Amino acid sequence: MTVITLPEDKIEVRIKLSEDKIEKINEICDSFDNDPGELINVLHETQMTYGYLPAEVQEVIAHKLNISVAQVYGVVTFYSFFTMVPKGEHPISICMGTACYVRGAEKILEEFKNELNIKVGETTADGKFSLNCLRCVGACGLAPVAMIGDKVYGRIAPDGVKAILSEFE
Amino acid sequence: MGKIQLTIDNKIVEVEQGTTILKAARQAGIEIPTLCHMELHNMNIENKPGGCRICVVEVEGRRNLAPSCITEASPGMVIKTRNIRVLNARKTVLKLIASDHPFDCLVCAKSGDCELQSLAIQFGIRDIPYQGEKSTYRKDLSPSIIRDVDKCVMCRRCEMMCNEVQTVGALSAVNRGFMSVVAPAFEMDLEKSPCTYCGQCVSVCPTGALTEVDNTSQVLRTLSDPTKTVIVQTAPSVRAALGEEFGLEPGTLVTGKMVAALKELGFKYVFDTDFAADLTIIEEGTELLSRLKGHLNGDKNVKLPILTSCCPGWVNFFEHNFPDLLDVPSTAKSPQQMFGAIAKTYFADKIGVNRKDLVVVSIMPCLAKKYECQRDEFKVDGNPDVDFSISTRELAHFIKQANIDFLNLPDEEFDAPLGESTGAGVIFGNTGGVIEAACRTAYELFTGKSLEKVEFHQLRGIDGIRSATIDFDGLPVNIGIAHGLGNARKLLNEVRAGRSKYHAIEIMACPGGCIGGGGQPFHHGHSEILKARAGAIYSEDERKTLRKSHENPYIIKLYKDFLGEPGGHKAHSLLHTHYYDKSVEVTIEH
Repeated sequence: MTVITLPEDKIEVRIKLSEDKIEKINEICDSFDNDPGELINVLHETQMTYGYLPAEVQEVIAHKLNISVAQVYGVVTFYSFFTMVPKGEHPISICMGTACYVRGAEKILEEFKNELNIKVGETTADGKFSLNCLRCVGACGLAPVAMIGDKVYGRIAPDGVKAILSEFE
Repeated sequence: MGKIQLTIDNKIVEVEQGTTILKAARQAGIEIPTLCHMELHNMNIENKPGGCRICVVEVEGRRNLAPSCITEASPGMVIKTRNIRVLNARKTVLKLIASDHPFDCLVCAKSGDCELQSLAIQFGIRDIPYQGEKSTYRKDLSPSIIRDVDKCVMCRRCEMMCNEVQTVGALSAVNRGFMSVVAPAFEMDLEKSPCTYCGQCVSVCPTGALTEVDNTSQVLRTLSDPTKTVIVQTAPSVRAALGEEFGLEPGTLVTGKMVAALKELGFKYVFDTDFAADLTIIEEGTELLSRLKGHLNGDKNVKLPILTSCCPGWVNFFEHNFPDLLDVPSTAKSPQQMFGAIAKTYFADKIGVNRKDLVVVSIMPCLAKKYECQRDEFKVDGNPDVDFSISTRELAHFIKQANIDFLNLPDEEFDAPLGESTGAGVIFGNTGGVIEAACRTAYELFTGKSLEKVEFHQLRGIDGIRSATIDFDGLPVNIGIAHGLGNARKLLNEVRAGRSKYHAIEIMACPGGCIGGGGQPFHHGHSEILKARAGAIYSEDERKTLRKSHENPYIIKLYKDFLGEPGGHKAHSLLHTHYYDKSVEVTIEH
């Protein structure tokens, strides 16, 4: 699927899904017996397959599970794990849980924002990094913590952010 | 299930196992204040997200206070609903909710009807000490409904109505925590969503987050324009509910006072949508009979069942959800639009007024009517057949604004000719009423015999889906009735699957029919109020000498002088419409 940058003014943009892709999403829904109670699992697996959950994908899922698109969108926006924009090659998640927060997670986040020149929820123009926040990864002893991909970085200092990012160059 | 005993405020209470503390207390005559909780008694639906925490009570031995609407009573529980700890907690909760709520009660559309405001009065709130951030969101203005979610308290009642009762699926809670709002998918505007404007979300919203578009100031402006002739039509169910806004018991008919009030307000002619309801029956009944006869003659192209098309919320619903069945509903316009079409042709000619100088206002129990009268197909050269539609609630506000002493008004009669109606027109306001009115006429036209008894009690009632077989002198005609769009969807799915056993189906979008419409005085889910309104409508029918639409002398004259044959060329061009595929493909907007 091509990624379309949406214009600022009110122009409607639709990404037409390929038949293959619709078929694959339908298969995922089928594998959960099209049970609306399995919505989170369906969304999880679909995001695993495609990397993100654009509006059109949510529409297919809603139709297949026989629930409203509004409800699917409600779940997608509730869980920070789900994303409607493609994540970067190396998704960065800053822990904003209590322990990390009191140990300066906000400063770490600011540093990542400055270094990457993006806001929370955005992806860098080259598609390499995306930035998000999450609540507690369960490594409070290492606070403040950030995850890049599957790797956990602990006891980060603001001036260490640059060095971490350079690992991915 | 067994009974259990518990103590609430020192009273021993015995209730069924599984009863919540809230209900147990109510059974014992102890009222616990609530905000998000709402029960729709006749639909077996209870909204209890347990989110607002207004209904907290103290349970002996439990560390924290318990939300009574979602906590089950258990044997031996000792509960206090009004000690100082509970009362202080409720106050704090309310102040926290209010701290993220605009303080614009003086100018809020819901002022006086707001449940949050009522609680603030009840609890004696005199200050909001929490000066935190306030969540803000854009206002969403649609033709019928305004969403101002800054006033939303996340009770989720609208979501329950939209999804569970109506199965429209336009609204859902989205986002998280402080950012959460109730919104359509992808936070698009309501106008672009599958919203049908049935207004049931508005009728359950406890605050001013969901309100109707108020058209009264536009009506006031035209009334003061000397170049305009302003006429008004009133829908059947308005007369059965308007009195409630002036403190009268539910079920009090105020037809005469309503007419008098409208004349006081300055309307040149006060007419009745019931007249147009009679007209609808002639057109829809003719269509039913012609499809029925075609079917009996073996014509395979005939579409049966025929579906009624009086309800604009229902029309929006099938245009969105059943675009493959657009040729199934009757093509007859709704009474509101039939009235407008006749008023701006026949009546305008009669009084020698140009249609552009004739302003037609409608008083409706409905919010979808506001959208309906703005539809392009109901305009001639940009001039709408019905200029403004205002709800029963708006009319009540209008009467109060004009300092009219409603309760002491003498009864007045509707004007002729568009104010004359039969009992069949009146019962359009109740679920089952349209099809009963249609049967009264279709039976006589089909059989050539006179009905001994005009009431079809088998078509009445409050169950969401009902069916009956009417004997048309040897021909059994199967009738289906649904009210509430969730019920309508079930019957429509049968039609789509080719499994429907019905010849005709009546559908009304709102639970109870128009008497429970989104523009009616708030009834907060109390089915007793709906039953009282339904009773009032049926009693008005009984009081009428003429109770069959085809016997309305003014309708007969209208066909003779102006329209020609029912279902004929002129009738078709003025009184029938067509439907559009509105199945929205969701679009992303930035």
